[in-house]
Amino acid sequence: MRTRNLRTPLAILVLVAALGLALSTALASLPAPAAGVGQREVLPNSMVLLVSEKHGVPIATVSMLIRAGSILDPPDKPGVANLVAELITQGTTTRTAPQISEAIEFVGGSLSVDAGQELTTISLSVLSKDLDLGLNLLADILQNPTFAPAEIERKKQEVIAGIKRDQEDPGTVSWQAFLKLIYGTNPYGHPVEGAEATVPAITREDLVRFHEAQYRPNKAILAVVGDVTLPDLKRRLDARLGGWKQGGAAFAPPPKPAPLTQRTVRTIQRDVTQANITLGHLGVTRDNPDYYAIQVMNYLLGGGFNSYLVAKIREEKGWAYDVGSAFGPGKYAGEFSVSMQTKNEVAEQAIEAALAEIRRMREQPVSEQELKDTKAYLTGSFPLRLDTSRKIVGMLATIEYYGLGLDYVDRYPGLINAVTAADVQRVAQKYLDPNRYALSIVADLSKAKIRE
Amino acid sequence: MFRVRAVVLTIGLFLGLTASASAGTLAERVFETTLGNGLKVLIVEEPKAPVVTVQVWYKVGSRNEETGRTGLSHMLEHMMFKGTPKVGPKQFDMIVTRNGGVDNAETQMDFTGYYEDFAADRVELGLMLEADRMANLLIDEKEFEPEHQVVIEERRLRVDDQPANVLGETMRATAFLAHAYRWPTIGWPSDMQAYTRDALLRYYRTYYAPNNATLVVAGDVKKGALLPKIQSLFGTIPRLPDPPKVITQEPPQTGERRVSVQKEAELPLLFVVYHAPNLAHPDGFALQVLAYILGGGESARFHQKVVYQKQLASYAGADYNPVHVDPFLFGFSAGPLPGKTAEEVEQALYAEVERVQREPVVDRELQKAKNQIESEFIFAQDSVHQVAEMLGRYESVASWKLLDGFLEGVSKVTTADVQRVARKYLVPDNRTVAILIPMKAGAAPAGAGK
Repeated sequence: MRTRNLRTPLAILVLVAALGLALSTALASLPAPAAGVGQREVLPNSMVLLVSEKHGVPIATVSMLIRAGSILDPPDKPGVANLVAELITQGTTTRTAPQISEAIEFVGGSLSVDAGQELTTISLSVLSKDLDLGLNLLADILQNPTFAPAEIERKKQEVIAGIKRDQEDPGTVSWQAFLKLIYGTNPYGHPVEGAEATVPAITREDLVRFHEAQYRPNKAILAVVGDVTLPDLKRRLDARLGGWKQGGAAFAPPPKPAPLTQRTVRTIQRDVTQANITLGHLGVTRDNPDYYAIQVMNYLLGGGFNSYLVAKIREEKGWAYDVGSAFGPGKYAGEFSVSMQTKNEVAEQAIEAALAEIRRMREQPVSEQELKDTKAYLTGSFPLRLDTSRKIVGMLATIEYYGLGLDYVDRYPGLINAVTAADVQRVAQKYLDPNRYALSIVADLSKAKIRE
Repeated sequence: MFRVRAVVLTIGLFLGLTASASAGTLAERVFETTLGNGLKVLIVEEPKAPVVTVQVWYKVGSRNEETGRTGLSHMLEHMMFKGTPKVGPKQFDMIVTRNGGVDNAETQMDFTGYYEDFAADRVELGLMLEADRMANLLIDEKEFEPEHQVVIEERRLRVDDQPANVLGETMRATAFLAHAYRWPTIGWPSDMQAYTRDALLRYYRTYYAPNNATLVVAGDVKKGALLPKIQSLFGTIPRLPDPPKVITQEPPQTGERRVSVQKEAELPLLFVVYHAPNLAHPDGFALQVLAYILGGGESARFHQKVVYQKQLASYAGADYNPVHVDPFLFGFSAGPLPGKTAEEVEQALYAEVERVQREPVVDRELQKAKNQIESEFIFAQDSVHQVAEMLGRYESVASWKLLDGFLEGVSKVTTADVQRVARKYLVPDNRTVAILIPMKAGAAPAGAGK
């Protein structure tokens, strides 16, 4: 709930997508998880299967994570992982692209593939009665994509159009510049989509090689929530994915990015009314033992609507509609960022104010009341993070990817409640740096005067 | 980060009912009553989950505003979090989060909705907070000033620096000449600058009345235990005079309108909208099916022809949202590929419209659209919050009971109906075309026009 939502109806697709206006839809349809959130089994081909039986609504929700994200792009070919993800639904040895979309949409289902930095996610939703059809399509796009030259050329054009449209969104431009500043040439530093200049150079050979190397059951996690049992699902999968061969490229984690040694600024001129600001530095990985203390600390700094950053920059000053901070922990790298948008004229003041709040977080101990309120929110609202099948399936897959264990849902309140005020201050001092940080700002620079 | 994507956003607008796996149809599961002061109360007992959503929907939005005061509904929505004598400023969110809850609000053209989602045992807290701010909002001058600036920043963020939204705003202002749907829900910049505390307070006292609102509670609750609490918290709030009726109606459109926006951008963008009836009209069912046939996914006609075969656009979709008090729009949107013009894409979309008008769609296409609509309904049942939201929106513009006949209405649509509504509404004289002409910084228009 970072923002108050205002929707522009005639919900015209683009409008909504471009603005990210969707109201956070929250509510649980899930019993309080008691003995873990699901069941786990490793199939003979090494794929990990997770199932949460849910018999209320006749739907099946499937999420597959594959270690096939953009950090695995060939160094000179950013955008390969994304293009593979875009293309596997665009034709297999037995189905054309139109046949695939028609088959899933005829039953009112959906099948989509999205590349991220570490992972590519395949999402499938169908009515329970159509689960076999959905799994047939899933198995087919995983194992048999053809990467037809005409489809490659078409998708490249769409991807390039997407990259161009991203340049119209100041928030995206600011974020991408920020990642470049903190990661440099590290694989986390480039946009998942690649660049306008690099996408045309990607060859069919690049795509086929990437698919061969990364789309393997030993690199995949399959989570299913729905009106289905584990034995039944195993039977269905054996028929379809039994022949999916493990192997592929050995996984080499990306190199550790080096921290910045000084304040580093990138300014980008645009004809905009607001300065779009991203400020921060390297953060932590998900397995950091301080992860939960950091969650508590960041909630106070800029994670919620009662945070220091919101209180100062939005509530007191009225400088920004949206201001907040986040630790985005990946498996091999992560970042800490403060994001805000202010009118051009107050950009420098807002940046100074954000830095002052970071210093306060480091220097001033949190009160018992603040700590208590934060814990109450983080633990009390946890069931709302599991309130739909889509969220549960995402949680299951994430738990597996980060190795959190199926009892994570039960352990979470204890992990949060164990955090002390001293922990909060310790992690603030250890993981926040108000002196050596990256600052990227997209603004009308004639009005937004930024200290270089 | 945000990405422009072709999606069909009919999601959740049109939920029928019979497919629920829970006992009984939605109609059977909704308990309805009206308090003495006119407050409509809807309760859905959903014991499967230990959670509850408390939502209050006011029948007021930008449709009720007037020139010089546009966006006032939305400004008031922000002030609803800024304090009563009992719940001080900054306390509202604090109380909710301290109780493990989440809250938010949305302002639209026809309604303004508020919610808190909690563990079910906190339901009374949600009711208390909503009853309190229905009757006792302060709108303190000290709180108003910074929030006023926040809302001005919100417009800059959401509209002014987003070319697609500047285009959408211009499109609406062109499609509607007279009706209040012509102005943006967030308001025009000049009007936003001029808001005053007094105007807000008057607005609050005119529209935030129990007799102009709907309370929806859904989740692990028992109506028998809940009703006395609702009665004691909300029942004592005095009824107010009926809010003024909106008089202005949109006259029929009698010729195509074209408008363009020049703005710093990379690629052109195209919106085409037609006036269309709202949910009160029987043609709504066939129009919904038509929207899916034209723009409901990658297998739909726009994507197949314009994106896949002709390769003119990176996406092309259609949308129809009839959940409005007055008739609104049926629309297309498309994003031309680099090197293609909005006009080429526009003509390609019209070719598909003409094909639907000329030849009946095939049975399998009709069935596909119906299946998509039905499954969307079933998927929405997965979220109690979403069900409550649906009830609140429908009740705010007409009646939640219209949800009841929806799936049946859709199931009866024939290929002849689809052809008939395409011929009736998707005609040149009834359309508004809006095109974004991308500008490079300080340069002449680039990449658009013929």
